[in-house]
Amino acid sequence: MKNFQIIKALSPDTAVSSLNKETSAMFIAGGTNLVDLMKKNVAAPDKLVDITALDLKKIEFLRGKVTIGALAKNSQVAEDTSIKEKYPLLALALAAGASQQIRHMATVGGNMLQRTRCSYFYNTDMPCNKRVPKSGCGAIGGSNRMHAIFGASDSCIAVHPSDMCVALAALDATVLVEGPKGKREIKFTDFHRLPGNTPEKDTTLANKELITSIEIPDNNFTKNVHYLKIRDRSSYAFALVSVAVGLELKNNTIHDVRLAMGGVAHKPWRLTEAEEFLKGKTISETVFKQAADLAMKGARSYGDNDFKLTLGPNAIIEALTIAASK
Amino acid sequence: MAAKKTNPNKAAADELNSRRDFIKKSGLFTALALTPPSLVMASENKWDEKIAEYLETVPLSIEVNGTKHNLNVEPRTTLLDLLREQLQLTGTKKGCDHGQCGACTVHVNGTRILSCLSLASMQQNAQVTTIEGLSKGKKLHPMQEAFIKNDGFQCGYCTPGQIMSGIACIKEGHANSREEIREYMSGNICRCGAYHNIVDAITEVKEGGMLS
Repeated sequence: MKNFQIIKALSPDTAVSSLNKETSAMFIAGGTNLVDLMKKNVAAPDKLVDITALDLKKIEFLRGKVTIGALAKNSQVAEDTSIKEKYPLLALALAAGASQQIRHMATVGGNMLQRTRCSYFYNTDMPCNKRVPKSGCGAIGGSNRMHAIFGASDSCIAVHPSDMCVALAALDATVLVEGPKGKREIKFTDFHRLPGNTPEKDTTLANKELITSIEIPDNNFTKNVHYLKIRDRSSYAFALVSVAVGLELKNNTIHDVRLAMGGVAHKPWRLTEAEEFLKGKTISETVFKQAADLAMKGARSYGDNDFKLTLGPNAIIEALTIAASK
Repeated sequence: MAAKKTNPNKAAADELNSRRDFIKKSGLFTALALTPPSLVMASENKWDEKIAEYLETVPLSIEVNGTKHNLNVEPRTTLLDLLREQLQLTGTKKGCDHGQCGACTVHVNGTRILSCLSLASMQQNAQVTTIEGLSKGKKLHPMQEAFIKNDGFQCGYCTPGQIMSGIACIKEGHANSREEIREYMSGNICRCGAYHNIVDAITEVKEGGMLS
Protein backbone atom coordinates (compact mmCIF):
# COMPACT_ATOMS: atom_id res chain seq x y z
CA MET A 1 0.00 0.00 0.00
CA LYS A 2 1.20 3.48 -0.88
CA ASN A 3 1.81 5.50 2.26
CA PHE A 4 -0.37 8.52 2.97
CA GLN A 5 -1.00 11.24 5.47
CA ILE A 6 -3.80 10.77 7.99
CA ILE A 7 -5.57 13.45 10.01
CA LYS A 8 -8.50 13.28 12.40
CA ALA A 9 -11.49 15.56 11.84
CA LEU A 10 -13.37 16.82 14.89
CA SER A 11 -16.43 18.31 13.19
CA PRO A 12 -18.23 17.79 9.85
CA ASP A 13 -17.17 21.33 8.93
CA THR A 14 -13.48 20.68 9.40
CA ALA A 15 -13.80 17.26 7.76
CA VAL A 16 -15.18 18.86 4.60
CA SER A 17 -12.73 21.76 4.62
CA SER A 18 -9.71 19.54 5.18
CA LEU A 19 -10.77 17.46 2.19
CA ASN A 20 -11.46 20.58 0.15
CA LYS A 21 -7.82 21.58 0.01
CA GLU A 22 -6.62 18.30 -1.41
CA THR A 23 -7.02 16.72 -4.79
CA SER A 24 -6.44 13.15 -3.72
CA ALA A 25 -7.87 13.03 -0.21
CA MET A 26 -10.66 10.78 1.05
CA PHE A 27 -12.75 10.32 4.15
CA ILE A 28 -12.25 7.12 6.12
CA ALA A 29 -14.54 5.62 8.78
CA GLY A 30 -14.87 1.81 9.12
CA GLY A 31 -12.35 1.31 6.33
CA THR A 32 -13.57 -2.21 5.52
CA ASN A 33 -13.79 -1.45 1.82
CA LEU A 34 -11.35 1.46 1.44
CA VAL A 35 -8.39 -0.25 3.17
CA ASP A 36 -8.96 -3.29 0.98
CA LEU A 37 -9.06 -1.11 -2.16
CA MET A 38 -5.88 0.65 -1.05
CA LYS A 39 -4.12 -2.69 -0.56
CA LYS A 40 -5.09 -3.59 -4.13
CA ASN A 41 -3.96 -0.16 -5.35
CA VAL A 42 -7.45 0.47 -6.74
CA ALA A 43 -7.66 3.50 -4.43
CA ALA A 44 -4.47 5.44 -3.72
CA PRO A 45 -5.27 8.64 -1.80
CA ASP A 46 -2.46 10.94 -0.65
CA LYS A 47 -4.38 11.81 2.45
CA LEU A 48 -7.10 10.26 4.61
CA VAL A 49 -9.42 12.28 6.79
CA ASP A 50 -10.46 10.06 9.72
CA ILE A 51 -14.05 11.02 10.49
CA THR A 52 -14.67 8.46 13.26
CA ALA A 53 -14.59 11.12 15.99
CA LEU A 54 -17.57 12.99 14.55
CA ASP A 55 -20.81 12.93 16.51
CA LEU A 56 -22.75 11.04 13.84
CA LYS A 57 -23.35 7.68 15.50
CA LYS A 58 -26.80 8.10 16.99
CA ILE A 59 -30.06 6.42 16.01
CA GLU A 60 -32.87 8.86 16.85
CA PHE A 61 -36.57 8.08 16.69
CA LEU A 62 -38.34 11.33 15.94
CA ARG A 63 -41.94 12.11 15.08
CA GLY A 64 -42.75 10.31 11.83
CA LYS A 65 -39.22 9.14 11.06
CA VAL A 66 -35.96 7.69 12.28
CA THR A 67 -32.62 9.41 11.75
CA ILE A 68 -29.57 7.18 11.60
CA GLY A 69 -26.15 8.81 11.86
CA ALA A 70 -23.75 8.06 9.02
CA LEU A 71 -21.23 6.65 11.49
CA ALA A 72 -23.66 4.22 13.15
CA LYS A 73 -22.18 0.75 12.79
CA ASN A 74 -23.99 -1.81 10.65
CA SER A 75 -24.32 -4.17 13.64
CA GLN A 76 -25.54 -1.32 15.88
CA VAL A 77 -28.44 -0.64 13.48
CA ALA A 78 -29.14 -4.32 12.71
CA GLU A 79 -29.47 -5.15 16.41
CA ASP A 80 -31.26 -2.04 17.63
CA THR A 81 -34.50 -3.21 19.27
CA SER A 82 -36.60 -0.34 17.91
CA ILE A 83 -35.17 -0.67 14.40
CA LYS A 84 -36.05 -4.37 14.47
CA GLU A 85 -39.56 -3.49 15.60
CA LYS A 86 -40.30 -0.46 13.40
CA TYR A 87 -38.09 -1.07 10.35
CA PRO A 88 -37.53 -4.85 10.34
CA LEU A 89 -36.71 -4.92 6.62
CA LEU A 90 -33.63 -2.77 7.27
CA ALA A 91 -32.50 -5.00 10.14
CA LEU A 92 -32.95 -8.13 8.00
CA ALA A 93 -30.99 -6.69 5.08
CA LEU A 94 -28.15 -5.53 7.32
CA ALA A 95 -27.90 -8.92 9.04
CA ALA A 96 -27.65 -10.58 5.61
CA GLY A 97 -24.61 -8.50 4.68
CA ALA A 98 -20.93 -9.28 5.33
CA SER A 99 -19.85 -10.97 8.59
CA GLN A 100 -20.37 -9.90 12.19
CA GLN A 101 -16.76 -8.64 12.44
CA ILE A 102 -17.24 -6.45 9.37
CA ARG A 103 -20.68 -5.27 10.55
CA HIS A 104 -19.02 -4.16 13.81
CA MET A 105 -16.57 -2.01 11.80
CA ALA A 106 -18.59 -0.83 8.80
CA THR A 107 -20.68 2.33 9.04
CA VAL A 108 -24.00 3.17 7.41
CA GLY A 109 -22.41 5.91 5.28
CA GLY A 110 -19.55 3.65 4.26
CA ASN A 111 -21.92 0.85 3.34
CA MET A 112 -23.61 3.22 0.88
CA LEU A 113 -20.27 4.27 -0.60
CA GLN A 114 -18.74 0.82 -0.97
CA ARG A 115 -17.51 0.07 -4.46
CA THR A 116 -18.58 -2.79 -6.71
CA ARG A 117 -16.93 -6.17 -6.19
CA CYS A 118 -16.62 -6.72 -9.98
CA SER A 119 -13.37 -8.68 -10.35
CA TYR A 120 -12.24 -6.47 -13.27
CA PHE A 121 -12.62 -3.38 -11.08
CA TYR A 122 -10.45 -5.02 -8.42
CA ASN A 123 -7.76 -6.32 -10.77
CA THR A 124 -5.47 -3.47 -11.86
CA ASP A 125 -4.09 -5.62 -14.70
CA MET A 126 -7.53 -5.65 -16.33
CA PRO A 127 -9.41 -2.97 -18.22
CA CYS A 128 -12.20 -1.29 -16.25
CA ASN A 129 -14.01 1.94 -17.14
CA LYS A 130 -15.01 2.42 -13.53
CA ARG A 131 -11.43 2.28 -12.26
CA VAL A 132 -9.69 3.87 -15.28
CA PRO A 133 -12.19 5.77 -17.46
CA LYS A 134 -12.03 4.85 -21.17
CA SER A 135 -9.90 1.73 -20.52
CA GLY A 136 -12.71 -0.63 -21.55
CA CYS A 137 -14.91 -3.14 -19.75
CA GLY A 138 -13.43 -6.56 -19.07
CA ALA A 139 -16.72 -7.97 -17.81
CA ILE A 140 -18.58 -7.51 -21.12
CA GLY A 141 -17.59 -10.66 -22.96
CA GLY A 142 -15.62 -11.80 -19.89
CA SER A 143 -16.55 -13.46 -16.61
CA ASN A 144 -19.80 -11.81 -15.65
CA ARG A 145 -21.68 -14.23 -13.44
CA MET A 146 -22.22 -11.63 -10.70
CA HIS A 147 -23.16 -8.83 -13.08
CA ALA A 148 -26.10 -6.59 -13.91
CA ILE A 149 -29.27 -7.44 -15.81
CA PHE A 150 -30.88 -3.99 -15.45
CA GLY A 151 -29.71 -0.50 -16.39
CA ALA A 152 -26.21 -1.46 -17.53
CA SER A 153 -24.38 0.27 -20.38
CA ASP A 154 -21.70 -0.50 -22.95
CA SER A 155 -19.23 1.00 -20.47
CA CYS A 156 -20.07 -0.97 -17.35
CA ILE A 157 -22.19 -3.91 -16.21
CA ALA A 158 -21.09 -3.90 -12.56
CA VAL A 159 -23.58 -4.15 -9.67
CA HIS A 160 -23.78 -2.32 -6.37
CA PRO A 161 -22.99 -4.92 -3.70
CA SER A 162 -24.89 -3.57 -0.67
CA ASP A 163 -27.80 -5.35 1.02
CA MET A 164 -28.62 -2.46 3.36
CA CYS A 165 -29.12 -0.13 0.41
CA VAL A 166 -31.74 -2.41 -1.14
CA ALA A 167 -33.87 -2.08 2.00
CA LEU A 168 -33.28 1.69 2.19
CA ALA A 169 -34.37 2.09 -1.45
CA ALA A 170 -37.52 0.11 -0.67
CA LEU A 171 -38.24 2.18 2.45
CA ASP A 172 -38.07 5.59 0.71
CA ALA A 173 -35.09 6.76 2.75
CA THR A 174 -33.43 10.16 2.34
CA VAL A 175 -29.70 10.87 2.51
CA LEU A 176 -28.53 13.99 4.36
CA VAL A 177 -25.19 15.39 3.20
CA GLU A 178 -22.94 18.29 4.01
CA GLY A 179 -20.38 19.81 1.66
CA PRO A 180 -18.45 22.95 0.74
CA LYS A 181 -21.73 24.47 -0.52
CA GLY A 182 -23.68 23.58 2.62
CA LYS A 183 -26.26 20.95 3.51
CA ARG A 184 -28.70 19.18 1.20
CA GLU A 185 -30.94 16.11 1.01
CA ILE A 186 -30.87 13.40 -1.64
CA LYS A 187 -33.69 10.92 -2.21
CA PHE A 188 -32.20 7.48 -1.58
CA THR A 189 -33.29 6.13 -4.97
CA ASP A 190 -31.46 9.08 -6.59
CA PHE A 191 -28.30 8.60 -4.51
CA HIS A 192 -26.78 5.74 -6.52
CA ARG A 193 -26.69 6.16 -10.28
CA LEU A 194 -26.63 4.08 -13.43
CA PRO A 195 -23.26 3.75 -15.18
CA GLY A 196 -24.01 5.38 -18.55
CA ASN A 197 -20.79 6.75 -20.03
CA THR A 198 -19.37 7.69 -16.62
CA PRO A 199 -19.26 4.48 -14.56
CA GLU A 200 -16.45 5.97 -12.46
CA LYS A 201 -19.18 7.86 -10.62
CA ASP A 202 -21.14 5.53 -8.33
CA THR A 203 -23.35 8.18 -6.73
CA THR A 204 -24.77 11.66 -7.16
CA LEU A 205 -22.76 12.87 -4.17
CA ALA A 206 -20.87 16.01 -5.22
CA ASN A 207 -17.15 16.35 -4.83
CA LYS A 208 -16.09 16.67 -1.15
CA GLU A 209 -19.60 16.06 0.20
CA LEU A 210 -19.94 14.10 3.43
CA ILE A 211 -22.93 11.90 4.29
CA THR A 212 -24.08 12.92 7.77
CA SER A 213 -27.20 10.75 8.21
CA ILE A 214 -30.09 8.96 6.60
CA GLU A 215 -33.76 9.35 7.39
CA ILE A 216 -36.50 6.77 6.99
CA PRO A 217 -40.13 7.87 7.19
CA ASP A 218 -42.40 5.76 9.40
CA ASN A 219 -44.30 3.04 7.55
CA ASN A 220 -46.54 0.06 8.16
CA PHE A 221 -44.10 -2.55 6.84
CA THR A 222 -43.54 -4.09 10.24
CA LYS A 223 -44.89 -7.63 9.90
CA ASN A 224 -45.05 -8.97 6.34
CA VAL A 225 -41.50 -8.20 5.34
CA HIS A 226 -38.68 -10.32 3.98
CA TYR A 227 -35.16 -9.93 2.64
CA LEU A 228 -34.32 -12.90 0.44
CA LYS A 229 -30.67 -13.20 -0.48
CA ILE A 230 -29.53 -15.82 -2.99
CA ARG A 231 -25.77 -16.44 -2.89
CA ASP A 232 -23.15 -19.07 -3.55
CA ARG A 233 -22.93 -20.11 0.11
CA SER A 234 -25.47 -19.75 2.87
CA SER A 235 -23.73 -16.85 4.61
CA TYR A 236 -20.97 -14.28 4.09
CA ALA A 237 -21.13 -13.90 0.32
CA PHE A 238 -22.38 -11.18 -1.99
CA ALA A 239 -25.83 -11.57 -3.49
CA LEU A 240 -26.34 -13.12 -6.90
CA VAL A 241 -29.85 -11.78 -6.56
CA SER A 242 -31.62 -10.35 -3.52
CA VAL A 243 -35.17 -9.13 -3.01
CA ALA A 244 -36.50 -6.79 -0.31
CA VAL A 245 -40.26 -7.01 0.22
CA GLY A 246 -42.57 -5.04 2.46
CA LEU A 247 -46.28 -5.86 2.35
CA GLU A 248 -49.10 -4.09 4.14
CA LEU A 249 -51.97 -6.56 4.08
CA LYS A 250 -55.61 -6.09 4.95
CA ASN A 251 -57.49 -9.41 4.88
CA ASN A 252 -55.17 -10.85 2.23
CA THR A 253 -55.48 -7.72 0.11
CA ILE A 254 -52.33 -5.78 -0.61
CA HIS A 255 -52.94 -2.29 0.75
CA ASP A 256 -49.36 -1.13 0.14
CA VAL A 257 -46.17 -2.79 -1.05
CA ARG A 258 -42.47 -2.11 -1.52
CA LEU A 259 -40.19 -4.17 -3.73
CA ALA A 260 -36.52 -3.72 -4.51
CA MET A 261 -33.75 -5.95 -5.83
CA GLY A 262 -30.02 -6.20 -5.19
CA GLY A 263 -27.28 -7.82 -7.24
CA VAL A 264 -28.98 -6.89 -10.50
CA ALA A 265 -27.95 -3.30 -11.26
CA HIS A 266 -25.45 -0.50 -10.69
CA LYS A 267 -27.84 0.74 -7.98
CA PRO A 268 -30.46 -0.78 -5.68
CA TRP A 269 -33.24 -1.62 -8.13
CA ARG A 270 -36.69 -0.47 -7.03
CA LEU A 271 -39.55 -2.29 -8.76
CA THR A 272 -42.15 0.47 -8.95
CA GLU A 273 -44.15 -0.99 -11.83
CA ALA A 274 -44.59 -4.30 -10.03
CA GLU A 275 -45.52 -2.39 -6.85
CA GLU A 276 -48.26 -0.47 -8.67
CA PHE A 277 -49.59 -3.70 -10.16
CA LEU A 278 -49.74 -5.41 -6.76
CA LYS A 279 -51.60 -2.61 -4.94
CA GLY A 280 -55.21 -3.59 -4.31
CA LYS A 281 -54.72 -7.20 -5.45
CA THR A 282 -55.50 -10.24 -3.34
CA ILE A 283 -52.41 -12.28 -2.62
CA SER A 284 -52.00 -15.38 -4.78
CA GLU A 285 -49.27 -17.24 -6.59
CA THR A 286 -50.65 -16.02 -9.93
CA VAL A 287 -50.57 -12.37 -8.87
CA PHE A 288 -47.02 -12.74 -7.54
CA LYS A 289 -45.94 -14.36 -10.81
CA GLN A 290 -47.51 -11.55 -12.83
CA ALA A 291 -45.70 -9.00 -10.66
CA ALA A 292 -42.40 -10.85 -11.18
CA ASP A 293 -42.91 -10.87 -14.95
CA LEU A 294 -43.54 -7.13 -14.88
CA ALA A 295 -40.43 -6.59 -12.77
CA MET A 296 -38.26 -8.39 -15.29
CA LYS A 297 -39.31 -6.22 -18.22
CA GLY A 298 -36.21 -4.84 -19.91
CA ALA A 299 -33.83 -7.31 -18.26
CA ARG A 300 -30.80 -8.27 -20.33
CA SER A 301 -28.06 -10.77 -19.55
CA TYR A 302 -24.44 -11.07 -20.67
CA GLY A 303 -23.59 -14.79 -20.84
CA ASP A 304 -22.41 -16.05 -17.47
CA ASN A 305 -25.29 -14.28 -15.76
CA ASP A 306 -28.06 -15.59 -18.05
CA PHE A 307 -29.37 -17.59 -15.08
CA LYS A 308 -30.38 -14.33 -13.38
CA LEU A 309 -33.22 -13.94 -15.90
CA THR A 310 -34.80 -17.03 -14.31
CA LEU A 311 -33.47 -16.63 -10.77
CA GLY A 312 -34.67 -13.01 -10.59
CA PRO A 313 -38.43 -13.62 -11.05
CA ASN A 314 -38.28 -16.80 -8.97
CA ALA A 315 -36.67 -14.86 -6.13
CA ILE A 316 -39.35 -12.17 -6.34
CA ILE A 317 -42.15 -14.77 -6.15
CA GLU A 318 -40.41 -16.56 -3.26
CA ALA A 319 -39.78 -13.34 -1.30
CA LEU A 320 -43.40 -12.19 -1.77
CA THR A 321 -44.69 -15.61 -0.71
CA ILE A 322 -42.54 -15.69 2.43
CA ALA A 323 -43.44 -12.09 3.36
CA ALA A 324 -47.15 -12.76 2.87
CA SER A 325 -47.03 -15.86 5.06
CA LYS A 326 -45.43 -14.14 8.07
CA MET B 1 22.93 -16.78 14.27
CA ALA B 2 21.95 -15.02 17.46
CA ALA B 3 19.11 -12.57 17.06
CA LYS B 4 20.08 -8.97 17.66
CA LYS B 5 18.11 -7.29 20.42
CA THR B 6 17.64 -3.98 18.64
CA ASN B 7 14.23 -2.54 17.89
CA PRO B 8 14.04 -2.55 14.09
CA ASN B 9 11.03 -0.27 14.10
CA LYS B 10 12.70 2.39 16.16
CA ALA B 11 15.74 2.23 13.92
CA ALA B 12 13.53 2.51 10.85
CA ALA B 13 11.61 5.41 12.36
CA ASP B 14 14.86 7.21 13.26
CA GLU B 15 16.11 6.72 9.76
CA LEU B 16 12.86 8.05 8.32
CA ASN B 17 12.95 11.05 10.62
CA SER B 18 16.50 11.94 9.70
CA ARG B 19 15.73 11.49 6.01
CA ARG B 20 12.68 13.68 6.35
CA ASP B 21 14.70 16.40 8.09
CA PHE B 22 17.35 16.16 5.42
CA ILE B 23 14.85 16.47 2.61
CA LYS B 24 13.10 19.40 4.27
CA LYS B 25 16.33 21.28 5.01
CA SER B 26 18.08 20.52 1.73
CA GLY B 27 14.94 21.52 -0.17
CA LEU B 28 14.86 24.82 1.65
CA PHE B 29 18.60 25.54 1.22
CA THR B 30 18.65 24.78 -2.48
CA ALA B 31 15.52 26.80 -3.06
CA LEU B 32 16.98 29.80 -1.24
CA ALA B 33 20.45 29.58 -2.74
CA LEU B 34 19.65 28.92 -6.36
CA THR B 35 15.99 29.50 -7.06
CA PRO B 36 16.02 28.52 -10.71
CA PRO B 37 12.50 28.43 -12.23
CA SER B 38 12.10 24.68 -11.77
CA LEU B 39 12.80 24.90 -8.06
CA VAL B 40 10.50 27.85 -7.58
CA MET B 41 7.78 25.69 -9.08
CA ALA B 42 8.71 22.80 -6.85
CA SER B 43 8.64 25.07 -3.85
CA GLU B 44 5.23 26.46 -4.78
CA ASN B 45 3.88 22.94 -5.00
CA LYS B 46 5.52 22.14 -1.66
CA TRP B 47 7.09 19.00 -3.06
CA ASP B 48 9.64 18.83 -0.27
CA GLU B 49 6.89 18.79 2.34
CA LYS B 50 4.89 16.30 0.36
CA ILE B 51 7.83 13.92 0.18
CA ALA B 52 8.39 14.40 3.89
CA GLU B 53 4.76 13.53 4.57
CA TYR B 54 5.12 10.22 2.79
CA LEU B 55 7.95 9.24 5.09
CA GLU B 56 6.13 10.37 8.18
CA THR B 57 5.06 8.17 11.05
CA VAL B 58 2.35 9.02 13.55
CA PRO B 59 2.51 8.47 17.30
CA LEU B 60 0.17 5.80 18.65
CA SER B 61 -0.76 4.91 22.21
CA ILE B 62 -2.38 1.53 22.35
CA GLU B 63 -3.06 -1.09 25.01
CA VAL B 64 -2.60 -4.69 23.97
CA ASN B 65 -3.47 -7.50 26.36
CA GLY B 66 -3.23 -5.09 29.29
CA THR B 67 0.16 -3.65 28.33
CA LYS B 68 0.37 -0.04 27.22
CA HIS B 69 2.57 0.79 24.25
CA ASN B 70 3.70 4.16 22.93
CA LEU B 71 4.73 3.59 19.33
CA ASN B 72 5.34 5.31 16.04
CA VAL B 73 3.52 3.81 13.10
CA GLU B 74 3.23 4.55 9.42
CA PRO B 75 -0.35 5.60 8.65
CA ARG B 76 -0.65 2.60 6.33
CA THR B 77 0.28 0.00 8.97
CA THR B 78 -2.67 -2.25 9.70
CA LEU B 79 -3.45 -3.31 13.26
CA LEU B 80 -2.59 -6.86 12.17
CA ASP B 81 0.88 -5.88 10.98
CA LEU B 82 1.41 -3.79 14.10
CA LEU B 83 0.61 -6.77 16.31
CA ARG B 84 2.68 -9.27 14.35
CA GLU B 85 5.63 -7.20 13.14
CA GLN B 86 6.07 -4.46 15.73
CA LEU B 87 4.84 -6.17 18.89
CA GLN B 88 5.83 -9.70 17.87
CA LEU B 89 2.39 -11.02 18.83
CA THR B 90 2.20 -13.60 16.06
CA GLY B 91 -0.75 -15.52 17.51
CA THR B 92 -3.09 -13.38 15.41
CA LYS B 93 -2.84 -14.82 11.90
CA LYS B 94 -2.65 -13.25 8.48
CA GLY B 95 -4.82 -15.39 6.21
CA CYS B 96 -6.20 -13.53 3.21
CA ASP B 97 -5.28 -10.00 4.40
CA HIS B 98 -8.46 -8.77 2.65
CA GLY B 99 -11.22 -9.29 5.20
CA GLN B 100 -12.47 -12.53 3.71
CA CYS B 101 -11.25 -15.22 6.12
CA GLY B 102 -11.42 -13.96 9.73
CA ALA B 103 -8.03 -15.40 10.77
CA CYS B 104 -7.00 -11.93 11.98
CA THR B 105 -10.01 -11.44 14.32
CA VAL B 106 -9.14 -9.61 17.55
CA HIS B 107 -11.18 -7.70 20.12
CA VAL B 108 -10.90 -3.90 20.10
CA ASN B 109 -12.59 -2.24 23.08
CA GLY B 110 -14.48 -5.48 23.66
CA THR B 111 -15.75 -5.88 20.08
CA ARG B 112 -14.53 -8.43 17.54
CA ILE B 113 -13.12 -6.81 14.42
CA LEU B 114 -10.79 -7.70 11.55
CA SER B 115 -7.30 -6.41 12.31
CA CYS B 116 -6.23 -6.71 8.65
CA LEU B 117 -8.75 -4.02 7.60
CA SER B 118 -8.06 -1.71 10.56
CA LEU B 119 -5.45 0.99 10.28
CA ALA B 120 -3.32 1.01 13.43
CA SER B 121 -3.13 4.81 13.22
CA MET B 122 -6.92 4.93 13.77
CA GLN B 123 -6.73 2.87 16.99
CA GLN B 124 -5.56 5.67 19.29
CA ASN B 125 -5.97 4.62 22.97
CA ALA B 126 -7.73 1.41 21.95
CA GLN B 127 -7.73 -1.64 24.19
CA VAL B 128 -6.88 -4.67 22.10
CA THR B 129 -7.17 -8.32 23.15
CA THR B 130 -5.48 -10.99 21.06
CA ILE B 131 -5.31 -14.77 21.48
CA GLU B 132 -2.18 -14.24 23.64
CA GLY B 133 -4.25 -12.24 26.13
CA LEU B 134 -6.85 -14.90 26.90
CA SER B 135 -5.11 -17.27 29.29
CA LYS B 136 -4.54 -16.46 32.93
CA GLY B 137 -0.98 -17.57 33.55
CA LYS B 138 -0.90 -21.21 32.53
CA LYS B 139 -4.67 -21.59 32.81
CA LEU B 140 -6.25 -21.55 29.38
CA HIS B 141 -9.43 -19.64 28.61
CA PRO B 142 -12.56 -21.89 28.66
CA MET B 143 -12.92 -21.43 24.88
CA GLN B 144 -9.34 -22.57 24.31
CA GLU B 145 -10.01 -25.63 26.52
CA ALA B 146 -13.23 -26.37 24.63
CA PHE B 147 -11.50 -26.18 21.23
CA ILE B 148 -8.91 -28.71 22.40
CA LYS B 149 -11.54 -31.01 23.97
CA ASN B 150 -13.82 -30.91 20.90
CA ASP B 151 -11.10 -31.05 18.22
CA GLY B 152 -12.18 -27.65 16.99
CA PHE B 153 -9.28 -27.50 14.53
CA GLN B 154 -6.96 -29.53 12.36
CA CYS B 155 -4.08 -27.41 11.01
CA GLY B 156 -4.79 -24.68 13.56
CA TYR B 157 -4.16 -21.66 11.35
CA CYS B 158 -7.67 -20.22 11.62
CA THR B 159 -7.98 -21.19 15.31
CA PRO B 160 -6.91 -17.91 16.99
CA GLY B 161 -9.50 -16.07 14.89
CA GLN B 162 -12.14 -18.75 15.52
CA ILE B 163 -11.57 -18.57 19.29
CA MET B 164 -11.67 -14.76 19.42
CA SER B 165 -14.82 -14.82 17.30
CA GLY B 166 -16.39 -17.65 19.32
CA ILE B 167 -15.97 -15.77 22.61
CA ALA B 168 -17.53 -12.65 21.04
CA CYS B 169 -20.33 -14.71 19.52
CA ILE B 170 -21.43 -15.83 23.01
CA LYS B 171 -20.96 -12.39 24.60
CA GLU B 172 -23.05 -10.77 21.84
CA GLY B 173 -25.87 -13.23 22.56
CA HIS B 174 -25.65 -14.93 19.18
CA ALA B 175 -24.96 -18.49 20.35
CA ASN B 176 -28.51 -19.60 21.11
CA SER B 177 -28.68 -22.41 18.56
CA ARG B 178 -26.33 -24.28 16.25
CA GLU B 179 -27.83 -22.39 13.29
CA GLU B 180 -27.28 -19.02 14.95
CA ILE B 181 -23.70 -19.93 15.86
CA ARG B 182 -23.02 -20.94 12.26
CA GLU B 183 -24.48 -17.69 10.94
CA TYR B 184 -22.58 -15.46 13.35
CA MET B 185 -19.34 -17.42 12.90
CA SER B 186 -19.59 -17.25 9.11
CA GLY B 187 -16.84 -14.64 8.92
CA ASN B 188 -14.30 -17.23 10.07
CA ILE B 189 -13.34 -19.66 7.33
CA CYS B 190 -11.75 -23.05 8.20
CA ARG B 191 -10.15 -24.74 5.20
CA CYS B 192 -9.83 -28.00 7.16
CA GLY B 193 -13.58 -27.99 7.64
CA ALA B 194 -13.65 -28.30 11.44
CA TYR B 195 -16.92 -26.36 11.56
CA HIS B 196 -18.97 -29.07 13.27
CA ASN B 197 -16.50 -29.34 16.14
CA ILE B 198 -16.09 -25.55 16.37
CA VAL B 199 -19.86 -25.28 16.87
CA ASP B 200 -19.61 -28.05 19.50
CA ALA B 201 -16.91 -26.12 21.35
CA ILE B 202 -18.84 -22.84 21.33
CA THR B 203 -22.06 -24.61 22.37
CA GLU B 204 -20.25 -26.28 25.26
CA VAL B 205 -18.82 -23.00 26.54
CA LYS B 206 -22.20 -21.29 26.14
CA GLU B 207 -24.08 -24.05 27.97
CA GLY B 208 -21.44 -24.30 30.66
CA GLY B 209 -22.00 -20.60 31.35
CA MET B 210 -18.22 -20.25 31.41
CA LEU B 211 -18.22 -16.74 29.99
CA SER B 212 -20.90 -15.31 32.23
